[in-house]
Amino acid sequence: MARARVLIRPKEGILDPQGKAVERALPALGFEGVEHVRIGRMVELEAEDPARLAELCEKLLANPLIEDYEIQTF
Amino acid sequence: MAAIKWGVLQFPGSCDERDALHACRIAGDEARLVWHEDRDLGGVDGVVVPGGFSYGDYLRAGAIARFSPAMEAVAELAAGGGPVLGICNGFQVLCEAGLLPGALLRNENLRFVCRQLDLIADDGASLSIPAKHGEGRYYAPDEVLDELERRGQVAYRYAPGDNPNGSLRDIAGVRNEAGNVVGLMPHPEHAVDPLTGSADGLAVFRALERFAA
Repeated sequence: MARARVLIRPKEGILDPQGKAVERALPALGFEGVEHVRIGRMVELEAEDPARLAELCEKLLANPLIEDYEIQTF
Repeated sequence: MAAIKWGVLQFPGSCDERDALHACRIAGDEARLVWHEDRDLGGVDGVVVPGGFSYGDYLRAGAIARFSPAMEAVAELAAGGGPVLGICNGFQVLCEAGLLPGALLRNENLRFVCRQLDLIADDGASLSIPAKHGEGRYYAPDEVLDELERRGQVAYRYAPGDNPNGSLRDIAGVRNEAGNVVGLMPHPEHAVDPLTGSADGLAVFRALERFAA
């Protein structure tokens, strides 16, 4: 079994209100100078056939219309 | 228009299926529930995919429901030209299933919206219908939106100033190219009796009856 991690994030250019809300909250806590906060998801899994992970991402884990994904295997 | 037979899907986490049944009946049609594990729709003419939180909205709203046996049958019905109406979570399910273009994203202001609002149907009718959702911001790439407008696939828009979620081009509901599959975020099934504020939602059901075989 290969261990893998899939990172899923909103596509460039798609408004991410969660990221914006976090970005706006940071200065109040003294964290200045943080920008372009984007919030996504991470999925950890173990797969017999890592070659099929991209297909799995396209079909279920990510919605390719609105999200980009990145597969990391270990 | 002769009465048609609607099947209303029921997923774990659906919550508006009873109102949808009631709405179909008030519209003068027959209606029955269809369990999500049923591959056989039992001879219905059309399907309503109701609102709620199918499969707990896990992963993304509608992402898991689209793989249910009943949704396979719905895809076949839709391909055959039968009427399919997706409401709220049902709209999200139809988009995830690729039966409708686009996607529904988290409301722009991050707030769950729950209020009566005005929709403009593409025939010009103004409909007073409630909306209640946290992920209703309609999104599709610009070129897809242009195509949808050009082909008359934008079925419902929020009235000017009534867009509650940041949907692009005020889009509240779309249809497929053939016109037999329609999805919208507001809830026509909750607007079927003047006693509760409006019966305008019936028009949404009736507009699809003509696609019944």
